[in-house]
Amino acid sequence: MSDASARLPKYAIRYADRMREGFAVRALLILFALAFLAVFLFLPLMSIFAEAFKRGGDAYLAAFDDPHAMAAIRLTLIVAAIAVPFNVITGIAAAWAIAKFDFKGKNLLTSLIDLPFSVSPVIAGLIYVLLFGAQGYFGAWLKAHNVEIIFAVPGIVLATVFVTFPFVARELIPHLQALGKDDEEAALTLGASGWRTFFTITLPNVKWSLLYGVLLCNARAMGEFGAVSVVSGRIRGLTTTIPTQIEILYNEYNGVAAFALASLLAALALVTLVLKTFLEWRYADAIAASRHS
Amino acid sequence: MSLVAQLESSRAPWRKPNILPGFALAFGLTLTVLCLIVLIPLAALVLKAASAGPADILAIAASPRTLAALRLSFGAAFIAAIVNTVFGLLIAWILVRYRFPGRRLIDAAVDLPFALPTAVAGIALAAIYAPNGWIGAIAEAHGFKIAYTPTGVLVALIFIGLPFVVRSVQPVLEESQIDIEEAGALLGASRLRTIFRVILPTIAPALLTGFVLAFARAIGEYGSVIFIAGNIPMISEIAPLLIVIRLEQFDYAGAAVVGMLMLLASFALIFLINLLQAWSRKRLGDV
Repeated sequence: MSDASARLPKYAIRYADRMREGFAVRALLILFALAFLAVFLFLPLMSIFAEAFKRGGDAYLAAFDDPHAMAAIRLTLIVAAIAVPFNVITGIAAAWAIAKFDFKGKNLLTSLIDLPFSVSPVIAGLIYVLLFGAQGYFGAWLKAHNVEIIFAVPGIVLATVFVTFPFVARELIPHLQALGKDDEEAALTLGASGWRTFFTITLPNVKWSLLYGVLLCNARAMGEFGAVSVVSGRIRGLTTTIPTQIEILYNEYNGVAAFALASLLAALALVTLVLKTFLEWRYADAIAASRHS
Repeated sequence: MSLVAQLESSRAPWRKPNILPGFALAFGLTLTVLCLIVLIPLAALVLKAASAGPADILAIAASPRTLAALRLSFGAAFIAAIVNTVFGLLIAWILVRYRFPGRRLIDAAVDLPFALPTAVAGIALAAIYAPNGWIGAIAEAHGFKIAYTPTGVLVALIFIGLPFVVRSVQPVLEESQIDIEEAGALLGASRLRTIFRVILPTIAPALLTGFVLAFARAIGEYGSVIFIAGNIPMISEIAPLLIVIRLEQFDYAGAAVVGMLMLLASFALIFLINLLQAWSRKRLGDV
């Protein structure tokens, strides 16, 4: 733009100036934004790794040499391994029903699916305690039948499923809607079964937005803190996930161990961001429909 | 399933005919899971809060500690959302309109608060803004504290709300027509006048949506706040933490009433977001 304006007559330059901010203003705005991001985004991120390695690599590694830390990592993986596939299946079902069919109450159903995003994580934990806790509505019955949900793994899974419920459906619905139904109708007309149509037409069409949804769902499932901390009771080695173990270590002033575990989740977040950026860049068209909805 | 059977099964009056199969299965599964995981548990919260009786509900809701916690959660969330609106607009603007080295990196990094687990963000912010932290030490030298005060709550809420405004405004700015701005300039409007009369009205719905989203998220935020807040009752104790404390005291009714108040606020905000989006669609066409 600046090269072009150099060759323009004077009156045109005056209009060109009105179309954009001067160099000083631009530089100042960019500097303001970068300073804000540095203070609120980049410094916190850097501090995680700085604190984790504060006492050197050996102290960092020693943090993982703890059976409680390993148990927390194992539990986090187990919970994600249950919650994510569960939400992938229900997310695909929800997207199929909402994107491919017209029925009354569709908008209400879509809003209800998004509901967990607007609810505080603490409330996500609270509702299961009220249902299944010792004094909850089903507490006595569960105790009589020796079923443990609250302060046990099933409660953690339930709370994680709740908070990650919308992710997959949210990415798939706009994409499936944008694609329409023509491909599936053609396949069915040619004699393919419903399942075959789904697996050979629909699923490959939306695989990138599905992956995108799974990525975000997984990051949240592994990192959920509020809901899990309410339902888990934070019993060391038994019901602590990585985030709740971080809290325990931090409150015991074991900063290096807390930040070492935190660095794992921060690395996961960075990998998620890189993959997400890559997916957006590589499959921009496929994802464009869902990205900003 | 044969075509005839499908057509027959699609005769339900509340659904338009469609030759695609699987509606009953997909809809049934979605509704079942939604009821079991989301709706029934939320109903249990409402039931529990209601069963406390009007007098107790009022006593819990109007107790000084509850009011202080709610005031802090809503107040800090509101201020954080305003800060995020200003800086979110600025960041979206420089990302869309300017070219500078590292722009793509910044664009990707804006989503960090979405991706970073809240507990990790919480201890990282506490480490930086504590009196011996990188920024906390500078603040301390100038005589004010950030961590372990309500200001710390604000810092955490600004962090987690940052992406909402940027991601709401960015696509609208990308799609906004430069020629309208050019028309304004050619008709003699100054740049500032173009910004206030052309650009801001265009992005106003998106800006407001981002504000409400950031506000809604910040009200319920827990993990990133509790480490930096100091959690002093009546001063820096947020409402979600009060719920956790009541639960740990086995005061289920107390927890349920505070939870219920927050849930009502969430519903009101969802309703507001839907109105804003309808306004935005009416204003900009279906974006």
